[in-house]
Amino acid sequence: MTDFLAAIDWNVVLAVVAAFIKAFIIVNVLLVIFAYMTLTERKVMGRMQVRYGPNRVGPFGLLQPIADGIKLALKEDVTPSQANVWVHTLAPIMSLVPALIIFAVIPIGPSIPAGGGPAGQPWTWYIANVNVSYLYVAAIASLGVYGIVLAGWASNNKYSLLGGLRASAQMISYELAQGLAALCVVVMAGSINLYEIVEQQNRSGLPFGLYPIIGWVAFGVYLIAGIAETNRAPFDLPEAEGELGAGFHTEYSGFKWSMFFMAEYVNMVNVSALAIVLFLGGWWPFDPQIPVLGAVAGILGPVAFLVKLALFMFFFIWLRSTLPRLRFDRLMSLGWKVLLPIALANLVLTSIVVALWPIGAWPFA
Amino acid sequence: MAFVEVKAPDFPHNPVAEPLADFQGIAAGLAVTLRHMFTKPVTMQYPEEQPNLPGRHRGRHELRRHENGLERCVGCELCALACPAKAIFVEGAENPPDAPISIGERYAKQWIVNMIRCIFCGFCVEACPTEAVQLKRVFELADYTRQSMIYTKEMLLVPRDQRGLQPDDSWLPGYEAQESGKAASPAT
Repeated sequence: MTDFLAAIDWNVVLAVVAAFIKAFIIVNVLLVIFAYMTLTERKVMGRMQVRYGPNRVGPFGLLQPIADGIKLALKEDVTPSQANVWVHTLAPIMSLVPALIIFAVIPIGPSIPAGGGPAGQPWTWYIANVNVSYLYVAAIASLGVYGIVLAGWASNNKYSLLGGLRASAQMISYELAQGLAALCVVVMAGSINLYEIVEQQNRSGLPFGLYPIIGWVAFGVYLIAGIAETNRAPFDLPEAEGELGAGFHTEYSGFKWSMFFMAEYVNMVNVSALAIVLFLGGWWPFDPQIPVLGAVAGILGPVAFLVKLALFMFFFIWLRSTLPRLRFDRLMSLGWKVLLPIALANLVLTSIVVALWPIGAWPFA
Repeated sequence: MAFVEVKAPDFPHNPVAEPLADFQGIAAGLAVTLRHMFTKPVTMQYPEEQPNLPGRHRGRHELRRHENGLERCVGCELCALACPAKAIFVEGAENPPDAPISIGERYAKQWIVNMIRCIFCGFCVEACPTEAVQLKRVFELADYTRQSMIYTKEMLLVPRDQRGLQPDDSWLPGYEAQESGKAASPAT
């Protein structure tokens, strides 16, 4: 027995426990962000349309998400009689879970080395630091489309099916442009590890998204493709209510429907967080290496990250209340004929720049 | 026999100018929404904030009195005849000479309006020869039962110490002050 106890590496146990606690916190924070994002969206869109938005439940309508949650949880869960019950039930789970687990590798703040954190342990602002974390994100993000396609198919409703097919076509098309834009960053940073990418940007002092030409183009392509990936307006073709009922979630109600809703909003957070990590330097400008403020970068860094996240979320709402929906063929030609060639050309240009000049001494920068 | 070949236009027509114009359009639209975010919403927060209705708004009926406290209504039933929705029922009776209720030979024993039927056209006001009926600016008439939508004479008659509105005086200056001095009469 004592041999067994002695064989345990308590640092590993501690790391696993810490990862569990962090995962619990992150998932809950993401769902709270989702809840209040729905309220923020309704209020901001209301103000943009010269009205107030929800302000009846609680002070300033702050309890509205709770009221909505109770309503959705108590609502009857209708499954169409001709639907495939198993797939119909699994589909919302399949779209929510990938959205939630992407955040495992997102570095929110700079790590504090051993001795800096509580109990002498290193203090990290991510759950896992994977060497191929961007690949992980890209892989998990593309799993989310299965939930939508299967929801459309399992509902046994032609509008749902059309919505699901639109979603699959759209997400597959825009994943290419998004991946190529992210590849520009990977080439610039020389790493596919998200933490490394952020550190690289803080070392060179200028986030990749702000580098003239190559950075701007990659950032722009990534942003447009990211909005399309999350099926948000003006690319919300899969749930075009004027054409398809409600698209893939026409036949969903109650808690299953709210899971699709959660997945959409958590995906918005994911795309924004990834854009911050890849293009806006994560916790930049609060790097531990900078004088004075570097000492508290462990606190200020995540704050900078969250401020940028809030700006991105506002941008999503702003776009939704401004732009009309694209026609489907225009959506496809934008993805394949415009964004993809631009991203490819930018990748070539980035490679040339990175190959010819040492890092930090790039032209135009 | 010639076919006109309809060619789909190449997309985009001008690879530089058109995307630029598109982005310009998007930026203009974003500017519009952002500007409107900082304007005051036009929504009226109704229960807390009451609408400023025009003076001649046609709302709930009111049966007025003369200065001496006698009822203006003489039970002639002209309002009931004029009513296009047949919402008004009037039952007249002989005015007791020793204790007069109205100034005429007759008075309204019952004066009932069905608010479900009433269309608030104001024809009863125009038909009334003694200017007894007026439509007031009371609009919160919703209720739960049909029975509660039957408004009887007791509910519509102004109290004995009040005259009620003068005909068409609602546009005169000082009207607001006169109205606010009175206690608001509830709908039921």
